[in-house]
Amino acid sequence: MAKVMIPTPLRQFTAKQDSVTVPGATVGEVLAALTTEFPDLRKQIFNDEGRLRSFINVYLNDEDIRYLGKDATPAADADTLSLVPSIAGGLPGGTN
Amino acid sequence: MTLSKDEIQRYSRHLIVPEVGMEGQLKLKGAKVLLVGTGGLGAPLGLYLAAAGIGRIGLVDFDVVDFSNLQRQVIHFTQDVGRNKIDSAAEKMTALNPNVEIVKHEVALSSENAMEILKDYDLVVDGTDNFPTRYLVNDACVLLGKPNVYGSIFRFEGQATVFAYAGGPCYRCLYPEPPPPGLVPSCAEGGVLGILPGTIGLIQATETVKLILGIGEPLVGRLLLFDALGMRFRELKLRKNPECPICGDHRTITKLIDYHQFCGVPQQAETPRQEAKVTESEIEVTEVKEKLDRGDDFVLIDVREPHEYQICNIPAAKLIPLGEVAKRLGELDPEADIVIHCKSGMRSARACGILKAAGFKHVRNMKGGILAWSDQVDPSVPKY
Repeated sequence: MAKVMIPTPLRQFTAKQDSVTVPGATVGEVLAALTTEFPDLRKQIFNDEGRLRSFINVYLNDEDIRYLGKDATPAADADTLSLVPSIAGGLPGGTN
Repeated sequence: MTLSKDEIQRYSRHLIVPEVGMEGQLKLKGAKVLLVGTGGLGAPLGLYLAAAGIGRIGLVDFDVVDFSNLQRQVIHFTQDVGRNKIDSAAEKMTALNPNVEIVKHEVALSSENAMEILKDYDLVVDGTDNFPTRYLVNDACVLLGKPNVYGSIFRFEGQATVFAYAGGPCYRCLYPEPPPPGLVPSCAEGGVLGILPGTIGLIQATETVKLILGIGEPLVGRLLLFDALGMRFRELKLRKNPECPICGDHRTITKLIDYHQFCGVPQQAETPRQEAKVTESEIEVTEVKEKLDRGDDFVLIDVREPHEYQICNIPAAKLIPLGEVAKRLGELDPEADIVIHCKSGMRSARACGILKAAGFKHVRNMKGGILAWSDQVDPSVPKY
């Protein structure tokens, strides 16, 4: 079980919720439960091979899971997972 | 280098802060900062960096001030609409502090000119709004060994950090690749709270001044996240990626690349109203008007969001937001003559694809969306 923080660009896929608490003992299980509850989110955060997209980082509390145990990183009830996509804003070619 | 009597009076509130003082103010005066973009982030950055007394500020922008910029780009005023942003920004900065030398680079930063432009500056502040330029600024900063003061915004959220400082992590360490176009909505589609770029731009300005003064703890190795709605700042650890292609242990990028190709964005993307590159068959707005006037048997679908429909709409259109199209196919007849529109034609192109994949036979995309409708059919429809 962990609380997952949903960033603004992805809230349209989580019924506008900014955080969701889902079951799972590892980061991989939590993300699987999350995308089962919100199937439209799956294509946004996973590629066709089921791997995390490279422009979305996942943090367990304040640490990037790439530098922990990736999907296998244990997730406890008190942990917060954050999805942090890259954002650029604006139109291509213009300025903010 | 010294400060004139006027400058001493002007910078008095800096000079009496021990951490700045005369020594610090002279460092600011001796500093050369490149500000890429004079838009939402660049507006507060330009004003405050000029006020702070940075000796030379380079500006990069090739855009023109538009009415829709004024909600957040506070360096541009109503009378500046239609002017070049770089002239408008430089004029305000000089009016605020004539001691600052403004260098105007009125170009689109590119792989061909970036190294030449960046090399004369001590640090670079990234106030751009698109992925190709962000990767370009990052790579040029890493290759030249210049700090890159980064900020980005979306709706109510912002991110800020300092990349490539003293061998620290870079943008590619954080995000090795950009999202494919269309997957994540842009500010033009998603909107932004006008005040947000002010908050994030001033975090960048603060870090810029701290780096020049050499005081405090720079925002290096930390990604600051700001949520305006919750009014919360959070901090995530930002590590140098040993696999990073440009600053890692085994570098594969040793010079600037083609960033439009890297980001999958067509080169001529600066003309957003023509951005819809669609393979689905299209229909001109004037032809849609003729069909309506003739009373043709067809269905017009608007795939924008309800809050956009409230701003303006074509009364005959049925509203089905893009995100609901796949679920609401049952409401539509696969044999019907269907025309789909959105704001500018991108989302409707995606909706056409969904319908065609579901076996709908006669689906066309209204070219240019409701913006083109306003231009060519009904000027009373406001553009947003």
